[in-house]
Amino acid sequence: MTDVLFILFAVVATGGAIGVVTGRSPVASLLFMVATLASLAGIYVLFEAHFLAAIQVLVYAGAIMVLFLFVIMLLNLGHDYRADLKYGSWTLLSLVVVGLTAGVLVHGLMGTEETGLRAGGAEVAAAIDAAVVEKGAVGVIADPLFTDWVVAFELMGLLLLVAIVAAVVLAKPRDREGGN
Amino acid sequence: MAKSYIPLLIILGVTVLNAVGMAVASHILNPRRPTPQKAMPYESGMIPLGDTRHRFSIKFYMVAISFIVFDLETIFLVPWAVRVRELGWGPFVAVFFFVVVLAVGLVYEWKKGGLEWE
Repeated sequence: MTDVLFILFAVVATGGAIGVVTGRSPVASLLFMVATLASLAGIYVLFEAHFLAAIQVLVYAGAIMVLFLFVIMLLNLGHDYRADLKYGSWTLLSLVVVGLTAGVLVHGLMGTEETGLRAGGAEVAAAIDAAVVEKGAVGVIADPLFTDWVVAFELMGLLLLVAIVAAVVLAKPRDREGGN
Repeated sequence: MAKSYIPLLIILGVTVLNAVGMAVASHILNPRRPTPQKAMPYESGMIPLGDTRHRFSIKFYMVAISFIVFDLETIFLVPWAVRVRELGWGPFVAVFFFVVVLAVGLVYEWKKGGLEWE
């Protein structure tokens, strides 16, 4: 059952990703991306990361996609632009990126218990399961976030402040008093 | 494990039935006296003529950024609120400064007129 669902979500996610890069209209690409992100949320649920799945739908499929939509509308992408890179360079670049990603994945999956992506997999999974039972699905994320990673958390707040300031500077009405 | 998803499936089923039911029922039950106004795609709205690919005001972008920033703020507050008793005072101070930083952003945006539509 879980495998069937995983394959279903994985196929939709991959198909959506292909749709994003092959779609003619930017808005169509955006909708394909929503499908991909929603499928990823489904995969998170299969991993029993329910909080992450909810966040994925709320933030990525919701808020971030709205932002992308506005950017597409603002940029006026109705007409064709000349590509920055020649066709051949794009192909070469894509092959390099895909090859490197595949190499990392193969290295990780083929690696031994010590070096691969699954290093200590069983113990780590058991530890996470025990923590979920003890603290709840949200507590597993909350406790490290507000203790071990609290500096990163505060920096993230500053990053959001920077985003607000940048948006105000970019989008502020020009005709207000003060002249800037 | 799969049993715990049954309530979700029930919600999904009720939602879909509700939506489809409303659409079908209004299709069956409504009186049809079409006028040119009623037949328009958006009654009393914009007349959708011409190219849809024109630029939109950057004011919408301002709204979107504000939405995302404070959406994220809420999402970071939720895990803390769930575990507030277990976490104690240290994280309380951390979250306090987090909220203060974003409040500074909100005040800045407000003062600069970013919240006004005009």
